[in-house]
Amino acid sequence: MTREMWEGNQAIAEAAVRAGLEAYFGYPITPQTEVLEYLSRRMPELGRTFVQAESELGAINMVYGAACAGVRVMSTSSSPGVSLMMEGLSYIAGTEIPAVLVNVMRGGPGLGNIAPSQSDYNQAVHGGGHGDYYPIVLAPASVQEAVDLMALSFDLAEKYRSICMMIMDGSIGQMMEPINMPEMRPVQRKDWDWATNGRMGKRERHVLTSIYLDPYEEEKTNLRLLERLQQVQANEVRYKEYFLDDAEFVVIGFGTAGRVSLSAVRAAREQGIKVGLLRPVTVSPFPHKVVDELVKRIQGFLVVEMNTGQMLEDVRLSVKGRAPVEFYGRPGGVVPFPDEVLAEIKRVASSRLSLEANPRDAWFERMMAMK
Amino acid sequence: MVTTANNLVYERPEGFTDTPTHYCPGCTHGVAHRLVAEVLEEMGVLEKTIGVAPVGCAVFAYNYFDTDFVEAPHGRAPAMATGIKRVLPDRVVFTYQGDGDLASIGMGEITHAAARGENITVIFINNANYGMTGGQMAPTTLPGMKTTSSPNGRDVETQGYPIRMSEMLATLDGAGYVVRRSLHDPKNIRLAKKAIRLAFETQLRGLGFSLVELLSTCPTNWGMTPVESLKFVEDKMVSYFPLGDYKISQGVAQLKV
Ligand SMILES: Cc1ncc(C[n+]2csc(CCOP(=O)(O)OP(=O)(O)O)c2C)c(N)n1
Ligand code: SF4
Ligand SMILES: [Mg+2]
Repeated sequence: MTREMWEGNQAIAEAAVRAGLEAYFGYPITPQTEVLEYLSRRMPELGRTFVQAESELGAINMVYGAACAGVRVMSTSSSPGVSLMMEGLSYIAGTEIPAVLVNVMRGGPGLGNIAPSQSDYNQAVHGGGHGDYYPIVLAPASVQEAVDLMALSFDLAEKYRSICMMIMDGSIGQMMEPINMPEMRPVQRKDWDWATNGRMGKRERHVLTSIYLDPYEEEKTNLRLLERLQQVQANEVRYKEYFLDDAEFVVIGFGTAGRVSLSAVRAAREQGIKVGLLRPVTVSPFPHKVVDELVKRIQGFLVVEMNTGQMLEDVRLSVKGRAPVEFYGRPGGVVPFPDEVLAEIKRVASSRLSLEANPRDAWFERMMAMK
Repeated sequence: MVTTANNLVYERPEGFTDTPTHYCPGCTHGVAHRLVAEVLEEMGVLEKTIGVAPVGCAVFAYNYFDTDFVEAPHGRAPAMATGIKRVLPDRVVFTYQGDGDLASIGMGEITHAAARGENITVIFINNANYGMTGGQMAPTTLPGMKTTSSPNGRDVETQGYPIRMSEMLATLDGAGYVVRRSLHDPKNIRLAKKAIRLAFETQLRGLGFSLVELLSTCPTNWGMTPVESLKFVEDKMVSYFPLGDYKISQGVAQLKV
């Protein structure tokens, strides 16, 4: 297969098409708009559904409808738009149907800016919409990985009747990279035993709702969703590891922060520092077990994120105070340079690390001292 | 009395499941349900119909119709219906929405579904208040009308004026069939049924967005008897919300049913 140059947003759009996307509903917002624009041409060309919705509320509820009908459907947006979609996401979760959403994150809160950011980790991973539910969340670090995860997103969403969200940042969305685009897979409309696509003389009627007026029934539903999370946790954890075998220190970062960290880790290795990188590809389910294993044999962690320490809390949850955890973040749409992360690695490798210190507070103090 | 074919006055339409109603006595939601079920049955499309229930007293509409059904977030039924209809264009897709659902929180969704000419049918129940939450002011509450959130009567100076949805939506080129009917007496109920039939025919022939607004009662929250509330619709609501055909596109005008 020959490698072709693709812009990230257009690449995931085409990857979704090739994974059998039957319907797309979206609304313009930077840095995601190229997905919408690309599909406005591509979907009709293939006789598939494309609608530019009146808002992200409209878009996500169109997704909800098409998902109920049992087709492969997705939407894409960026942070403020995804906030509007939270209502629909909660309903989709409560109805237990598959849907795929990509958040090309930007700096926030509020209108923020349009620079690459990882500020919506908590919103994506820890719910976001109301109620007890747990989406699957994937975090690619390159255009190729985003493309590869696109088909997986649909497969996972369908397997677990769950939301699968891909969180990437504007730099992956708008960067051009040489990639291998997967082959076109035929659209396969599956005859789900839950889809509301008309009885058509074949079966009893189907009803899809997120209402459980009886609290005991809602409780059962909540437990069912939790059970599914546990299956996902057992079967679907994905991560990339670099130089972990003999590592004394481990950097943990997802998406672009992970990619930048890899450059820094390589540079540190050249300088003789035994450091490795763990890059979660699924941030939900989080690779807790891997971190748990590492705790036993390393001297400390450095979490690197493009936010003020959101995944940091999940790392601390796995570490449980058994190893020092340090943090370095660049929030607000600032992308850290490899040199900055390298300096952090050196600092961590040469300091006396404490088990008690709060990594975010310590980082905050260092940040303020620099300003 | 033994029911025989001769004295049978009520029969459950095939379009209904065997479920006792949850609506209050005298509420015309039930009448509207029946009309829709009868029309779907008469048109022979129950098998391929997918309904979209709202948030409001009709939230449980899916319990009654013997068709596939989904239940939308408050106001978003037209967006959900769009998603379904676009991927299943040969199915019949309808929403059933109250006035709070459609004319307030769902104003964006209904307006754009109509503007896009979505080939769906909307049954719009205008009962001048938010029934389900206990009778608060709706966008359709009449000037001076008392509700639990306009206790001194709707003051248009501070609470604005009612919205005439049919008239508004009729201005959109995507709308194929938009009419207002009432459910306050048998004659009007018959006219309402005809309109519902025509709305679904509009959809079947691919003639664009269709909506039937039905003036409806809410005896419970209006604090009236069922008979008084029918009278209120006839005397007070019809004058503010005139019955009539607001949009009949050329294609729909040629339909014969
Ligand atoms: C997002 C959201 N906001 C508010 C509510 C509460 N709520 C439930 S029903 C309803 C009003 C429904 O009124 P209407 O659409 O007129 O229907 P009716 O009950 O009168 O038939 C409201 C505000 C909700 N369920 N969801
Ligand atoms: S509250 Fe009003 S609208 Fe709701 S069922 Fe009772 S009478 Fe009907
Ligand atoms: Mg109402």
